[in-house]
Amino acid sequence: MLKLILRRVALTLPTFVALMFVTFVAVRLVPGDPIEARTGERGIDPERLAALRHELGLDQPVWKQFLDYVYALLHGDFGVSIVTKTPVLHEFLILFPATLELALCALVFAVVLGVPAGVLAAVKRGSVLDHSVMAVALAGYSMPIFWWGLLLIMFMSEYLGLTPVSGRMDLINYYFEPVTGFMLIDSLLSGEDGAFSAAVAHLILPTIVLGTIPLAVIARMTRSSMLEVLGEDYVRTARAKGLSPLRVVGLHALRNALIPVVTVVGLQTGTLLAGAVLTETIFAWPGVGKWLIESISRRDYPALQGGIMLISAIVILVNLIVDMLYVAINPRIRHG
Amino acid sequence: MTALLSIRNLSVTFATGRGPFRAVDKVDLDVAPGELVAIVGESGSGKSVAMLAVMGLLPWIATVTADRMMFDGRDLLALSARERRKIVGRDLAMIFQEPMSSLNPCFTVGFQIREAMAAHLDLSRAQRQARAVELLELVGIPEPERRLKAFPHQLSGGMSQRVMIAMALACNPKLIIADEPTTALDVTIQAQILDLLLKLQKESGVGLVLITHDMGVVAETAQRVCVHYAGQQVEMQDTRGLFRDPHHPYTAALLAALPERAQGRLLPSIPGIVPGLADRPAGCLFSPRCRFATETCRTVPPPRAGAELGLALCHTPLIAGVPQRREFAA
Ligand SMILES: Nc1ncnc2c1ncn2[C@@H]1O[C@H](COP(=O)(O)OP(=O)(O)O)[C@@H](O)[C@H]1O
Ligand code: SF4
Ligand SMILES: [Mg+2]
Repeated sequence: MLKLILRRVALTLPTFVALMFVTFVAVRLVPGDPIEARTGERGIDPERLAALRHELGLDQPVWKQFLDYVYALLHGDFGVSIVTKTPVLHEFLILFPATLELALCALVFAVVLGVPAGVLAAVKRGSVLDHSVMAVALAGYSMPIFWWGLLLIMFMSEYLGLTPVSGRMDLINYYFEPVTGFMLIDSLLSGEDGAFSAAVAHLILPTIVLGTIPLAVIARMTRSSMLEVLGEDYVRTARAKGLSPLRVVGLHALRNALIPVVTVVGLQTGTLLAGAVLTETIFAWPGVGKWLIESISRRDYPALQGGIMLISAIVILVNLIVDMLYVAINPRIRHG
Repeated sequence: MTALLSIRNLSVTFATGRGPFRAVDKVDLDVAPGELVAIVGESGSGKSVAMLAVMGLLPWIATVTADRMMFDGRDLLALSARERRKIVGRDLAMIFQEPMSSLNPCFTVGFQIREAMAAHLDLSRAQRQARAVELLELVGIPEPERRLKAFPHQLSGGMSQRVMIAMALACNPKLIIADEPTTALDVTIQAQILDLLLKLQKESGVGLVLITHDMGVVAETAQRVCVHYAGQQVEMQDTRGLFRDPHHPYTAALLAALPERAQGRLLPSIPGIVPGLADRPAGCLFSPRCRFATETCRTVPPPRAGAELGLALCHTPLIAGVPQRREFAA
């Protein structure tokens, strides 16, 4: 088991090297540079321009910039934001809980609805229920996030007035210092009446928007995996013991059917974080997604490079954890 | 005779993509308490499907009909699914052909054995564990405590089948249906597993329906034999009578193809194949392969003969190998 973990960790190293290179290049492929982005149309006097470029290290040859960047990264230094002058890692850590909270809620939403929907569709295969679940899943999978978000805002917030349009919290009525960075927890800790329900209300739409695609993927995967498992001999054995259908399906079949689903859920973390960038922008959600988009428009190279590196590292880490989980829930590998 | 299991005119039809397919066609079966009844017949003759119908384990595309399906004084046809589940797994157990795939890979052997007890018996957790150990000892598995913690993929095929047998015995059933319990195993351990099953059957006095290809085993162990062909039951006799004087031409052909002294491990092969959905003859299903077939055989479905002729499904049942022409109303 330990050997397996070490091997998987070692395998991620080349990925990181490639990542460093790709982020560095990709960031520089965006037309313009940080100084142009800040001076805009007004122009800037050449001496000042040279001074700024020197200050930011942009006057160095590109290969030198890359080596400096790699050297800093290897020392755990993600650079300093050109715009805010604060360390990138610091900014990231402040903003990340908001993204994590949203992503976790979306994931829970997708799993809690997707797994039962897939199981029901499989058990009642060919029925109206099955066809409806699959049709909705297909629709959810194909829905552009931006369009879906605006649609929900228009209907739920503007028309029905049920949910707030944007943000994480109702800042006019509530104010409290972040403790954990998770609004759901902090609002509870604040002890302010109604703060928690306000936090929940703000989370609903972003959660649905971000969770829709994973929900569709998980429902479809659960259904097909379940259909396969339901035909297995050991399911027949379970029924031959006179066990209730709930136990046969919910324990014997589902336990096996979930093995591939866990992998799919793991693969969704990438999708989830990518989706968070869009979702946060739609809902003005103060997380790393929105921050990255803003960093692009400011050509804040260090923020972009560092942010992408950190997010990628998280995706790789989660995939690693999922791999371990896959081993943990699959006795055939665990006791190879 | 107060039969433990009594079945009349059991039929099973599958709704397949190419129309309905009758896999089991008017089959009868009686098993007395403690009796060993063998069912023989080529692959695809509906043996498994018929027994799965008794267990209530067929997929939803199957339609089961019967005039009677009594088990232990209860009408299985009239029971609700919930009531039936109280019988299945407790009084009525089944051992399957593929032991390796019949155990759930995600749960330990112990969990799977104790589970049936938890569902049916009023035992404490410790009692269930003790009984599980006892069962593994009974089926000849060494180091039972350690084996109970094993996962199925850590067991060999023979071991798995021993576990399946232990599982079937867990609630002290009255009848066990063993569907070709050794076919999937290594030839070297087939005899071991079969001997174990027969020994346990003798000791516990449980009724046993043994589906097998092994005519040698049938001759040595079964009290009665049912011969299935293409979903139909073509003959049923006590074992001695069947081997001495088979009344259906198919049975006769099976026995004739048997090596001297019935030592063959596999069902002997006779020319031709079992008809499928598309090529079902109009009259007797065996007529394309029967050496006694007449024009009547090919066009008119045969009637069932009396018990003295092994209930043979034949226009001209054999006596001492000679077809007996009878008058019948066409
Ligand atoms: N689920 C199913 N759907 C359609 N046909 C089936 C199904 N299960 C079994 N059959 C058919 O029923 C017939 C009898 O099968 P079976 O009872 O397994 O034969 P055997 O005598 O070898 O045990 C076969 O032709 C098989 O193809
Ligand atoms: S009915 Fe005719 S074809 Fe069929 S088994 Fe009897 S003799 Fe053979
Ligand atoms: Mg079979």
